[in-house]
Amino acid sequence: MSTTASPPLGRRLDTRAAAAGRNYLNESTSLRSWLLTTDHKRIAWLYLASITFFFFIGSLAALLIRLELITPAGDLVDSDTYNKLFSLHGIIMVWFFLVPSIPTTLGNFLLPLMIGARDVAFPRLNLLSWYIYTLGGLFTLTATLAGGVDTGWTFYTPYSSMFSNTAVVMAATGVFVVGFSSILTGLNFMVTVHKLRAPGLTWFRLPIMVWTLYATSLIMVLATPVLSISLLLIVLERVFGIGIFDPALGGDPLLFQHLFWFYSHPAVYIMILPGMGVVSEIIPCFARRPLFGYRAVALASLGIALFGFLVWGHHMFVSGQSLYAGAVFSLFSFLVAVPSAIKVFNWTATLYQGRIHLTGPMLYALSFVGLFTLGGLTGLFLATLALDVHLHDTYFVTAHFHYIMVGGMVTAYFGGLQFWWPKMTGRMYSEIWAVIAAITLFIGFNLTFFPQYLLGIAGMPRRYHSYPEAFQLLHVASSAGAVLLAVGYLLPAIYLPASLRWGRRVDNPWGALGLEWTAADTPPIKHNFHQTPVVTGPPYGYRNDAEPA
Amino acid sequence: MTAASSFLRDAPIEHVIVPPQASELAARYDGLLAILTVICGAVLLLITVLIVVQAVRFRARGGGPRGYDRLRARHWWVEAAWTLPTLIIFLGFFAGGLALYLAAFEPTQAPALTINVIGKQWMWKAEHPNGAREINELHVPAGVDVQLRLTSQDVIHSFFVPALRVKRDVLPGRYTTLGFNATRPGIYSLFCAEYCGTDHSRMRGRVVVLEEAAYADWLSRQDAAATPAAAGAVLFRSLGCSGCHAGDGPVAAPSLAGVYGRRVPLADGRFVLADEAYLRDSILLPRKHVVAGFAPVMPSYAGQVDEAELLHLIAYLQSLGAPTGPAAGPAPEEVAP
Ligand code: HEC
Ligand code: HEM
Ligand SMILES: [Cu+2]
Ligand SMILES: [Cu+2]
Repeated sequence: MSTTASPPLGRRLDTRAAAAGRNYLNESTSLRSWLLTTDHKRIAWLYLASITFFFFIGSLAALLIRLELITPAGDLVDSDTYNKLFSLHGIIMVWFFLVPSIPTTLGNFLLPLMIGARDVAFPRLNLLSWYIYTLGGLFTLTATLAGGVDTGWTFYTPYSSMFSNTAVVMAATGVFVVGFSSILTGLNFMVTVHKLRAPGLTWFRLPIMVWTLYATSLIMVLATPVLSISLLLIVLERVFGIGIFDPALGGDPLLFQHLFWFYSHPAVYIMILPGMGVVSEIIPCFARRPLFGYRAVALASLGIALFGFLVWGHHMFVSGQSLYAGAVFSLFSFLVAVPSAIKVFNWTATLYQGRIHLTGPMLYALSFVGLFTLGGLTGLFLATLALDVHLHDTYFVTAHFHYIMVGGMVTAYFGGLQFWWPKMTGRMYSEIWAVIAAITLFIGFNLTFFPQYLLGIAGMPRRYHSYPEAFQLLHVASSAGAVLLAVGYLLPAIYLPASLRWGRRVDNPWGALGLEWTAADTPPIKHNFHQTPVVTGPPYGYRNDAEPA
Repeated sequence: MTAASSFLRDAPIEHVIVPPQASELAARYDGLLAILTVICGAVLLLITVLIVVQAVRFRARGGGPRGYDRLRARHWWVEAAWTLPTLIIFLGFFAGGLALYLAAFEPTQAPALTINVIGKQWMWKAEHPNGAREINELHVPAGVDVQLRLTSQDVIHSFFVPALRVKRDVLPGRYTTLGFNATRPGIYSLFCAEYCGTDHSRMRGRVVVLEEAAYADWLSRQDAAATPAAAGAVLFRSLGCSGCHAGDGPVAAPSLAGVYGRRVPLADGRFVLADEAYLRDSILLPRKHVVAGFAPVMPSYAGQVDEAELLHLIAYLQSLGAPTGPAAGPAPEEVAP
């Protein structure tokens, strides 16, 4: 992004480091000033704290699941506990970690900075979103304490509505409530992008991060209400016995799956688009090249968001839906995969003739590309009608979505967090440890999840507490990988906080471009900019002849 | 639930990755899987190599100015150059998947053998045409087009046999079918693949594929109480259906001879095909489809018959002869709803 006063490239701009100056962090320090803040940057921190908490709980459940699966017999916990563990894991990871992850933390922090605005369009609504999120989280935790819920994150009927005797209503309420937080955030971001762009900042000068946040918001606003309604219907059937899904009451058991996936397929793009945005910022910066095919990538983001609404039936190929429906959903699934493929090629081409710095964030970003590619390619297997018949509801599906959601999105989230950490805190973390953590994560992740593809092909079904002995070898490999993966996640939890105390003060350690780096202090002042920036050119003005930072 | 006693030993599993090919479909399935694996593997390799090679070749410490970026100069051409082949390959995958799906799951001829399978928390119950029953195990003959008629007593389950590469969800309140032609005798794993509650993972069993003669022999050794149709005939009397439907009772009710497979005119003017689902609805939800010319007086049997009994009643109705022209009974006339 070039501004009127484009800074020299690649030079460390430590001169502006706001060592003693006022910034959004030291403006006021009371607890009250944090809990009642309407500053998008502080709200980002509130979210960061909460989703880290939920990520921790979700991971703990995952750890227990992997421990249980080391042996074929169900011996560590009993079946009901196991079922509650994977349900808790899924519900927390999807709705309380992954859906809000990048949008509410990095998104909140960066969106106004990237478009040259003082804040989001509705700062108070932004704070309200966080409170609603917290309220939803409390409901879900209460459900867990009240004995847990055992329906899986998918809440399939009639099991969830008429058969499970766990805290379904409580858990569904938690998810219902947190949905409003999504909707409000989405609304807020969309209005912000439409209304608050700096002078000269046309749509095709927006960084891809903004495009993807916009696309994500679109999905949040359009899809989440459908989820809310489906959950409400479950509660109606469960509490009042109104026959909607249970055939014994005259309902239709498949209706719920249609409703659920009408939300949840688009929602998987909520869980990947922001990650695509993050790596589209990181890769050009460390390749010192503008993003290749900027317009293609921007439009692909919107394309994914819109066409993602047409493929929900690919989760139901063996459910008894009609053959013609299956064929159409299969075709659309392949078509929606095209824009994702385009992005992968564009990121790869961005490296060409670059001047590549393999920093921590760059390693995370390149891991993202590799893992996302494998996750997406295996999605093609699942979209192939005949192949899905065997692979559906096996560990192959588990591996597929973990490659995309964890290998992709969570990796991007960690990469992004470290890329913008200096901006958010004014401090540099330990790069060596970041490199080690990124490599550990990559290896640990593959060790954990690649065996699961093989398990799926071998026929191992999902959500199994005990399993035939023949599958043990691959399960043990997966559990071993999980230990390494956990180390990869724990390392940043140590060196990032440590940097707050011991990290060197920096301004723009990457020589990155983009309004957030070039036009705002580090850390930014309360209202972001001393004067409104004016944009005169396209984003990603990186040049490969400049000497690196 | 004391189902623990009914847990079977797992079928022997010798494969680590690719299950044995116990059906014609399995070989074709593996072929398609191999094609996708090779193509997608090549793409993954290409991307990985491009990233690694460029990361080394264009590393920052390499010094010197960079060359001319030929790609970027014509970037819309480049976009097209990778988008079109991608699209074509994807469409190829789609067509391959659809073709195999049609061949395997759209039966072109009537199955030689239909077996009823009921899923319930947490076991599989099967019933053969001669009335032989089994739990968590399914014996089938090799080389025969077998069709399973699946339904569930409670929640959704899924009938999954990896060695046959088949899977079908088993829904309450509906009949789904699953056809296969097993080619290789042996004992194979049967799994429930749709999460169904506490003992979902114990809802495993085995599919025993026998040579045709051995299957016949096995069947003859089972103490089959009665064929489903015979059991249905008994129910038809004991539940009082015959009181109305036998034709000589006080209530005017349609004759059920040949009802299966017939196009039935309804009181609201529509016609429906009397398949299994229709017969099932007629018994459980008689108000859903009222036959033209009759008063909706038939009582619902919901809650009085379980899934197995329903299948018996349906088998009995099916045994009552082939379709015989238009609906028997009085001529269609207006019926008060
Ligand atoms: C009280 C008398 C009565 C009893 C008892 C009764 N039915 Fe009926 N049944 C009727 C009448 C009247 C109709 C036609 C109106 C309608 O469709 O509801 C009918 C319709 C049907 C039909 C649809 C027939 C067609 O031509 O499409 C089926 C199938 C059927 N009954 C099966 C049964 C079975 C099986 C039972 C016993 C479990 C049973 N009925 C018991 C009165 C009865
Ligand atoms: C590249 C394009 C993609 C294709 C063609 C694709 C295809 C599929 C298909 C067909 C299924 C259903 C498999 C089954 O249940 O049998 C599936 C499941 C799933 N996919 Fe994808 N997918 C793609 C991208 C993504 C992305 C981007 C995400 C998330 C960020 C994602 C997350 C999931 C999840 C969570 C499930 C499983 C849900 C569950 O059953 O719990 N997929 N995918
Ligand atoms: Cu999907
Ligand atoms: Cu099950």
